[in-house]
Amino acid sequence: MNLKINNPFKSIWGLLLVASLFFAVPTVASQQDSTAVEAQTETTVDTAGSAEADTTAAPATDEAPATTDATVSTGTSTTTAAAAEETSKIDPQVYKNFFYYVLLFLVICTVIAVIGRIHSLYVLTKKMNGKYDPLANNTFQAILLFLFLLFFLWGTYYSFAVWGDWAWREAVTEHGKDYDQMFIVTTVLTTAVMVIMHILILTFTLIYRMRAKRKAYYYPHNDTIEKIWTIIPATVLTILVLFGFFTWRKITNVPEELQKSAIQIEVLGEQFKWSVRYPGADGKIGKRNYKLTTATNPYGIDFNDKASWDDIDATDIVIPVGKSVRFHIISKDIIHSFYIPDFRVQINAVPGMTNYFQFTPTVTTEEMRDRMNDPSYDYIMLCNKICGQGHFNMGKKVIVVTEAEYKEWLTKQGKYFTEDLQKEFAQNNTEIEVDQQTASLN
Amino acid sequence: MSSTVISHDAMHHDDHGHHHETFLTKYVFSQDHKMIAKQFLITGIIMAVFAMLLSILFRIQLAWPDKDFPILEVFLGKWAEGGRIKPDFFLSLVTIHGTMMVFFVLTAGLSGTFSNLLIPYQLGARDMASPLMNMLSYWFFFTACVIMIASFFVESGPASAGWTIYPPLSSVPTAIPGSGLGMTLWLASMVLFIASQVLGGVNYISTILNMRTKGMDLWRMPLTIWAFFLTAIVGLLSFPVLVSAVVLLIFDRSAGTSFYLSDLVVQGEILPNEGGSPILFQHLFWFLGHPEVYIVVMPAMGITSEVISTNSRKPIFGYHAMVYSLVGITVLSFIVWGHHMFVTGMNPFLGGVFMITTLIIAVPSAVKAFNYTATLWRGNIRFTPAMLFAIGMVSFFISGGVTGLFVGNAALDIHLHDTYFVVAHFHLVMGSASIFGMLCGVYHWYPKLFGRMMNTKLGYLHFWLTFLGAYLVFFPMHFMGVDGVPRRYYAFTEFPFMEKWVSVNLLITWAAIVAALGQVAFLVNFFGSIWKGKKAVQNPWGANTLEWTTPVEHIHGNWPGEIPTVYRWPYDYSKPGHDEDFIPQTVPFSQTMSSNQMHDFEGDEEAMRIQEEWNKENNRVE
Repeated sequence: MNLKINNPFKSIWGLLLVASLFFAVPTVASQQDSTAVEAQTETTVDTAGSAEADTTAAPATDEAPATTDATVSTGTSTTTAAAAEETSKIDPQVYKNFFYYVLLFLVICTVIAVIGRIHSLYVLTKKMNGKYDPLANNTFQAILLFLFLLFFLWGTYYSFAVWGDWAWREAVTEHGKDYDQMFIVTTVLTTAVMVIMHILILTFTLIYRMRAKRKAYYYPHNDTIEKIWTIIPATVLTILVLFGFFTWRKITNVPEELQKSAIQIEVLGEQFKWSVRYPGADGKIGKRNYKLTTATNPYGIDFNDKASWDDIDATDIVIPVGKSVRFHIISKDIIHSFYIPDFRVQINAVPGMTNYFQFTPTVTTEEMRDRMNDPSYDYIMLCNKICGQGHFNMGKKVIVVTEAEYKEWLTKQGKYFTEDLQKEFAQNNTEIEVDQQTASLN
Repeated sequence: MSSTVISHDAMHHDDHGHHHETFLTKYVFSQDHKMIAKQFLITGIIMAVFAMLLSILFRIQLAWPDKDFPILEVFLGKWAEGGRIKPDFFLSLVTIHGTMMVFFVLTAGLSGTFSNLLIPYQLGARDMASPLMNMLSYWFFFTACVIMIASFFVESGPASAGWTIYPPLSSVPTAIPGSGLGMTLWLASMVLFIASQVLGGVNYISTILNMRTKGMDLWRMPLTIWAFFLTAIVGLLSFPVLVSAVVLLIFDRSAGTSFYLSDLVVQGEILPNEGGSPILFQHLFWFLGHPEVYIVVMPAMGITSEVISTNSRKPIFGYHAMVYSLVGITVLSFIVWGHHMFVTGMNPFLGGVFMITTLIIAVPSAVKAFNYTATLWRGNIRFTPAMLFAIGMVSFFISGGVTGLFVGNAALDIHLHDTYFVVAHFHLVMGSASIFGMLCGVYHWYPKLFGRMMNTKLGYLHFWLTFLGAYLVFFPMHFMGVDGVPRRYYAFTEFPFMEKWVSVNLLITWAAIVAALGQVAFLVNFFGSIWKGKKAVQNPWGANTLEWTTPVEHIHGNWPGEIPTVYRWPYDYSKPGHDEDFIPQTVPFSQTMSSNQMHDFEGDEEAMRIQEEWNKENNRVE
């Protein structure tokens, strides 16, 4: 080991260490003179009436306790004075903490470097004693990989047992049962493949690690084996594909009569909220035209369509258990996504087109609360397509109730065609009529 | 064609008058494939570090949603007022992290580096088919990087519509601040980037097809070259489609057209656009976007194949199957893009078709994983840092690949689409796997790039920190996704069911921070070894491919004399009967009579007769 001073890396390293010490040492000392620093800050701020003096004072309080050398602190304060105006709000302790962590990291690096050096020395002495095994490290890495395998298997078990338990809730819709079944089949299959492949790879690396007098087995190909492991995944995948394809068709391809007999609900997404529209007594959702959007009619409902007059404006999505519900998903501005995790339901809300998702809930919110043993549990519909700053907070409660409760709830909801809107609409219509009359008179 | 090049370079090499190079032509506007490879690599590393820092920033936000970090305000100013990252800026961070990692690091940094370095070297060419185009390719890429970083210095912030920049969010500036000038810069950067990829791709393909040395037929090419070749084809066919998508988006944003826009009321203002469809953009985007993930992962596969074979001292198992599976992936990658759009409202029947094609692509991928495993079996494995990264790559490819069966299945995708499950899936199979392929390549070919060796101890430290870190970061995310936590959420505190995951986020963020600090070991090792590393020998790994027959010091034209001729495939490792455990491609069969197999002669009867005679004389039983 030779200690050269002109080694640039060591010099840079040393400089970094010194620089961090420079900032970090006072964090230890600051406990003693923190009061002094505060007092100093107060006095400088008090005495300095003008803004200029204030900015120069700020870096001074930053640097002065760090160095105790007056000349250095004034030197740095003049150079940082311009930048200081911006950062003067930030507590100097913040910088100290930052450099404390930098120092901590550098210390760890140094420790690692020292360990590395010690290891080199150890190898060197072994070499001198003639006991050096050039493959020792190779074996060590193989053992580490095997230990990783054990960790990996334990980690897989742990994450399934703990996080899997957190994550998994049975679906509460009819199609969700098919979904869950397929999900579990796929999970078992893929986990098995993952675990077996890792066991194979990481035991091979241990067993077949390099030995001094062994040669690898020259085995460039074996067509039979290759055919087998092409055909087996292909078959398994075919089964999964068919399974998935039929489930997918079942979910998305609802027969027309069932589409019509379902309860129709329209959901409109916008930045950053959802609006829900029930069709009212006539069972028809009135027309909407985005061009009719006004401050009083933010939904853009076309009230010329009489079907819209009884449309219900609901604060939550309330649906009856055991009934097929057909959601019409639309968007007012950008793409959102209508996503209810518990229901295994998702479809994007795309401006300019209507998407549909039809499903049947099977468990009411009350029952779910009992099941989860959580009296405040609620189904939630989330926005699942990046849509701006409020994206993470754009949800709507979904409440599944019994049929009777649903009917009762419906009667209590307000309408989109509020009295104000009715007046406005009537006024507009008379204006149009007046216009038409005058036109005919002329 | 190649013969003229040979005579030119072979004869005049030592006394070249025009070899006098200035700093500018040697290091900056270099047309030499080796220097361009280094430029790509170092730019890629810088971008990777930048993108990694961005990810640490948003990980901090996710782990400590209620805590202030005043130091962030020092660096980020108004975007982290009071030491807390703002939601808008959070989205910018994830957007730029994704864009940089996918395009600048794993496409240009990976393909650009190793295609440029290895195509001429491993094929026995003096340089690329068009060195000028090669240089332009780098400088377009570099400009794209500069523009992308410049978007951080724009008042309204960098693009923030996600790396997939779906309109209308990306096209309406009132919808999100990042869709102002930041988005314009993103688009400009992307156009330049695609120009770079097309220039590079044309060059790679023409070099591979035209400039192979004598004896290097297609079936003697190393798998690295096959991977780069097919990657270049995929890139060349799909990147132009992204240009069209981007150009139309530019029109929508700046010229008032309505390709992607219709029926919009943004922030209470009725927009005049009519008749467009946001879904059109998604089709165009994913027509590139899906092949893109294979552009990212195929070079990593090629590099890994080469490194695993070399360090197992054993031929890669099923060379032909490896090539055919790459070809299969290449072809299928073009007809699976719709699996990103199952829940967009695309015709459900079409979704079913895309599901079938998607799951078919799992077959060649599975074959590759099995073949890697078979290569390790009964090998004589040497754990260089490169080999460890290759094993790590295979591990990630398997762990991340199996979850493709979930998200590729249209029915299962209903629940998992756009959740953390997807984040976990692609970060493992495409992110971690390709970055490991890239690092594996850096460790393996560093002696060829810089003529020096990297420090192995730091290499091991780097590997273990990164490998464990990546698993701890991405594996738990699967479970969040199953629970229904959407990606790109700024905080998990708004909905009661997500709150339990904040504790897991803490684990993830700490793992990410440790893994990120572990990269310091790499950076110190990489940049330090350029000057301080141990001098490399010509063929440090005992490898067969042609690049190890070139001198350690880089010279213009790669080989001082004639370009070597190739006589055999690149995977003759541990051939029985040979005294060494490797036979370079340049060794003719006449010099290895004791190890030749009848299969080697590919039906050449004269050669077989000679071999049989020799076998009889020497009592060799095959």
